Amino acid sequence: MKPRALVVGGGLHGACAAMHLASSGFDVTVIEKQYAGRHASGVNAGGVRRLGRHPAEIPLAVAALERWQRLEALIGDNGGFHACGQIKVAENVDEMTALEARAAQVRELGFDHEILLSRAELRRRVPAIASHCVGALACDGDGAADPYRTLTAWRRRSQRKGARWLEGVRVTNIETIRSEGWRLWTDHSDFRCLEGDWLINCAGGWAGELSQWLGERVELEPRALMMTITERISPFLVPVIGAAGRALSFKQRENGTVMIGGGLFGSIDTDGESSKVNFRRLAKNIESALALFPFMRETKIIRNWTGIEGVTIDGLPVLGNSARYDRLIHSFGYSAHGFQLSAITGEIVRDLACEREPKLPITPFAIQRFDTPRSTARAGHAT
Amino acid sequence: MRTIPLAIIGAGPAGMAAAATAARYGLKPVLFDEQPAPGGQIYRALESTPLRRPELLGEDYWHGKSLVQALRDGAIDYRPGHTVWQLNRDGEVGLLAGDRAELIRAERIVLATGAQERPFPIPGWTLPGVMGAGAAQVLLKTSGVAAQAPLVLAGSGPLLYLVAAQYSRAGAAVAAILETTPRENFRHAAGHIGGAVKGWRYLRKGLSLLKELKRAGIRHEHQVTELHAEGNGRLQHVRWRTAARPDVWQQCDATTLLLHHGVVPNVQMTRALGGEHDWSEAQLCWCPRRDSLGRSDIEGFFIAGDGGGIGGAKSAALQGELAALAALASLDLLDDVALHRETAPRHRALASELAIRPFLDALYRPGDRWRRPADEVIVCRCEEVSAGEVRRVAKLGCSGPNQMKSFTRCGMGPCQGRLCGLTVSEILAEETGQSIEQTGYYRLRPPFKPITLGQMASAADGTDYGQRQQQGSTAVVTEKASS
Repeated sequence: MKPRALVVGGGLHGACAAMHLASSGFDVTVIEKQYAGRHASGVNAGGVRRLGRHPAEIPLAVAALERWQRLEALIGDNGGFHACGQIKVAENVDEMTALEARAAQVRELGFDHEILLSRAELRRRVPAIASHCVGALACDGDGAADPYRTLTAWRRRSQRKGARWLEGVRVTNIETIRSEGWRLWTDHSDFRCLEGDWLINCAGGWAGELSQWLGERVELEPRALMMTITERISPFLVPVIGAAGRALSFKQRENGTVMIGGGLFGSIDTDGESSKVNFRRLAKNIESALALFPFMRETKIIRNWTGIEGVTIDGLPVLGNSARYDRLIHSFGYSAHGFQLSAITGEIVRDLACEREPKLPITPFAIQRFDTPRSTARAGHAT
Repeated sequence: MRTIPLAIIGAGPAGMAAAATAARYGLKPVLFDEQPAPGGQIYRALESTPLRRPELLGEDYWHGKSLVQALRDGAIDYRPGHTVWQLNRDGEVGLLAGDRAELIRAERIVLATGAQERPFPIPGWTLPGVMGAGAAQVLLKTSGVAAQAPLVLAGSGPLLYLVAAQYSRAGAAVAAILETTPRENFRHAAGHIGGAVKGWRYLRKGLSLLKELKRAGIRHEHQVTELHAEGNGRLQHVRWRTAARPDVWQQCDATTLLLHHGVVPNVQMTRALGGEHDWSEAQLCWCPRRDSLGRSDIEGFFIAGDGGGIGGAKSAALQGELAALAALASLDLLDDVALHRETAPRHRALASELAIRPFLDALYRPGDRWRRPADEVIVCRCEEVSAGEVRRVAKLGCSGPNQMKSFTRCGMGPCQGRLCGLTVSEILAEETGQSIEQTGYYRLRPPFKPITLGQMASAADGTDYGQRQQQGSTAVVTEKASS
């Protein structure tokens, strides 16, 4: 009999895990309480970025980009990925010095994907940038993709490989079956009880709650990322722009609209299932965008929205085996920068479920790191 | 953030009446309105219209005069030119006046945001020269400018006749009225004749309008079953077929085509607030849930007027008064005895005002073919998504309008789904076999009205120090989100 995997969470990481597990002979069921990509997976800003990654994430991000480059061959659709590059702008000499230090650090780790841009080179690549900007750090193979399209492609391919997707089904309780497997209880009358050999926690903003049920300590909060999209304007920008000293992600999409994000958080409604924009914070985010692209003052905002994401206290994901149970794998807490990594994390989950050593280093993402509460202040996570 | 006790949004009959009622009890309400002058759509430009001959716009129009005058006596803090672009359950109101955006808080909020025209998708409705009859009426009221003749009006409902009459009185050449009311509506409406008799004044008005149009010699086609707007780059002619002559395409030249299938509540704000909405099968629209005093299911929010269900200007004013009384009571400015004393006569008056509604709703109910158009018809004008595309995606397993957005971008343009929301929900419900309640509606995203980046940034000035700290710059080498 095929080993049965229950994947909780129909987001990007769940879909990618489902695809790889189903391809490797697992009988996969994905359980999603709303619909695939309802939260951060469906509505994030779509950055495909190695630039500025935490050192522990760099090997994964590099491997993930290689998957992005052949996504079409992998899952039948390229997810709208285009390698337009990513650029992080320095607005003063201090910021430039910090970027130089960063570039040196990455080189020392043995990677060469981050390169420094002079003021002139920055202006050549981004003619619309404000004149005070002094230089930048860039990653040429990086780019952007369409989150919902990507998610749909992973989901479809997983279904073709036999994965079953249950949407609108919420897990309400988890039991172990004689440490041999798992029994999930749900709120749906057709699927009251689901059993499996493996449990994969890809529950994003709700993964902390799930871990808590299982008695696994993790410091994760659901946060609502805010996004802005403008009306269509004439093409003026190719790469995705970030800023060394600001919380900002800025890009013009192919249809001419400009997407402004930057890991700023709105607020989550009391029901926990929806979230809203905090306009005071958003206004600061827009100020940041205008500081870099002052010509956009008259451009109209068409829509603001939020998507819920699980953010860990150290800003690093939880990816690896459970500390307490056999046949429980975690893949969550990507802390607002998991879109790019979603192209690789499913392979790691599959390796773990096949009881193979993953080819990439995942020790820094072990859930055990939360065993001893930290006294340090919240640091390093996405801002 | 500045906090005010009572904010009223919208200065149509409901909002003006709510403001006057609150002021009568010594509370100075703040009345925000997008327009430069009070009156809403129905009493639009009442103080300034260049069409001073009372008979031109009709006596009903001038009814609004006393409501408008009440705004001018200082007891009401009336803020014209204030667009509400954001609203949340905590009572936070995002305002835009000129180039300044501002966030304030209100303890109680009366939403009097009125109605909008029902989407009326036909082949060619996106051509320049095709517009809503309501929009054309606004043009006439505000600037005295008639839409370009020759003019064709198509659809059904009292407003269609009224606009035709107003344009005709203003001297515009009305080439034809193409009435889409299906024959069976007359039979269904007959079942509600009792209410119509109670509302005989409305009936008489309707009949006299029809008589006036006939006297003016305007061509009036009945039971139109198909309608196309056509032209090269802009509207040049209108083609149609009728039930009487189903094999014959008839045609007439037109520079302007005014479409009208009645009005539906403008639910942008109540939707964005996440309140419950019920589908009205009688009016074929979503109505935010409210009780007889206009209290919504969101604490502190009241709904008055056509924004809660279509009842017309007079019932809107009564509902505005009721909502204000409920708001006053919730602020302990009115005790239960006084509340009952004040509301009872208004409830009676409202019941009598609304008596004719079931008759009108049945008579002017747009036929299925107009609400769920053929595959080639554009449904979402902003993103150019056709009815066929919506049906195709529904077959792929898309069950709701929000997923539809992700599949097709339908409803994601600048109009925020105002012009396609009803159509998409109805088509999806039909395709999936779900009820329209199960199908649902778009999750509405702020801003309700487009606001520029510069204007939005101006709202940051009020930020306090704590918030600045919270999202100040971070060290360069640490992780930064951009995915």
